[in-house]
Amino acid sequence: MPVWLEIAIRVAGVFAAFLVLPLVVGQTEHKVMAHMQGRLGPMYAGRFHGWAQLIADGVKFVQKEDVTPAAADKHVFKLAPAVALIPYLVAIIVIPLGPGDLVAQPLDMGLFLVLAVVGVGIVAVLMAGWASANKYTLLGALRAAAQLLAYELPLVLAAASVAMAAGTLSLPGIVEAWRPWWLLWQFPALCVFFLAGLAEIRRPPFDAPIADSELVFGYLTEYTGLRFALFLLAEYVGIVVIAALTTVLFLGGWKGPFADADLGWLWTLLKVGAVSFVVIWVRVAFPRLRVDQLQRLCWLGLVPIALAQLVLTAAVKVSI
Amino acid sequence: MTTPEKDGFPGKGLLKGLGVTIKTMVSRAGTQQYPDVEPELPARSRGVIGLMESNCTVCMLCARECPDWCIYIDSHKETVEVPGAARARQRNVLDRFDIDFSLCMYCGICIEVCPFDALFWAPDFAYAEGDIRNLLHDRDRLGEHMAGVPAPPPHDPNGEPSKEESTAAKKGGAR
Repeated sequence: MPVWLEIAIRVAGVFAAFLVLPLVVGQTEHKVMAHMQGRLGPMYAGRFHGWAQLIADGVKFVQKEDVTPAAADKHVFKLAPAVALIPYLVAIIVIPLGPGDLVAQPLDMGLFLVLAVVGVGIVAVLMAGWASANKYTLLGALRAAAQLLAYELPLVLAAASVAMAAGTLSLPGIVEAWRPWWLLWQFPALCVFFLAGLAEIRRPPFDAPIADSELVFGYLTEYTGLRFALFLLAEYVGIVVIAALTTVLFLGGWKGPFADADLGWLWTLLKVGAVSFVVIWVRVAFPRLRVDQLQRLCWLGLVPIALAQLVLTAAVKVSI
Repeated sequence: MTTPEKDGFPGKGLLKGLGVTIKTMVSRAGTQQYPDVEPELPARSRGVIGLMESNCTVCMLCARECPDWCIYIDSHKETVEVPGAARARQRNVLDRFDIDFSLCMYCGICIEVCPFDALFWAPDFAYAEGDIRNLLHDRDRLGEHMAGVPAPPPHDPNGEPSKEESTAAKKGGAR
């Protein structure tokens, strides 16, 4: 196979995952959230149980007027949705779907790249909030900055624990080294990583930066139409990325009960789906954390647990 | 941070929240898909008022009791010759019986007050109109509503007996 064709196929695969998986997660959220609240959710779009609802929403968003506030910093305002989206696109490149060649670009320091790139999201939030020239967006953006800076630490510490256990920073390498008993050994890190990941993508119950009952819609207040849709897409790609990272780092990626070599991609997708379901479930079940509770949970809860996990990992690693 | 509850372990409330949501998810949603599926409304639902014309004696009680005067009744008297009777009898004949549903507030007093059971509640509610004047339903339209009147539900076996029944029983006991 010529090199250019291979590259084209890999890029197409990444874009397919980037565009399809978030929509699947979004539709699942519509339906799961509705049923958890005793409703049916969308039932009409696409005739069968509203499967085309998000496509219809997309069409609606495209038709809307693209408003830029007069006082806004126009270029930054318009650039922010792209800055929010592209880091997740880059992150998907290095996340392995299955064993061997089923990863867009195997990278020796994939974990490092993913963590660095996911941290860029905060810049997009600050850009959106500041450039909108609106007090609510500014409050939302600053809340988001405080939250993301705080939660970046337990996220990295938890990921470092598993990288230490596996002895590699390569994501496929971590999955190779993973053993089922790690579920127990790395369980605190799993919890910390998942919670910090939720906060990182600003999902409820960590959605204080958006907080529609306090801040209108946080840093998204001034966005309309397609740009707003891009921010929404970024949120759902964020769910996919965090679920995929949790899967790859802590749940054994493509390793399943049987046929790892052939069905590895299926195990990965199933695990990503299950983690995404938990993300939705947590959103429905829990109320939003207040800003001080949010910081408290991070600094007094997650960071100490992550540090203790690092010690535990080091101790076990040295002794075996 | 979660506060430990009095009985139980810390985080019990969080688990309970997850439990409640998942239980709701696996149980059936209560939604009725209204335009596709007609709702099942109980008998005596206050949808529309039906008129059983043969029972109406034009006593005008309904029109007089109506709090917002939305019932319009016209009638004339007719003489009925009964063969063998000493003199001719007179009978009221209904000319017009309209209910203006743009005024009606669905209090049901007309139905309560009717001494001859000529008015009934029917559960049909879908008679919205583009022109408010079309909400004046004439006697034919009100008669058509009778088709939608469901059979009354059976008496509650543990409930109080009706006034007629109890007086009949009292009379029977006295005899």
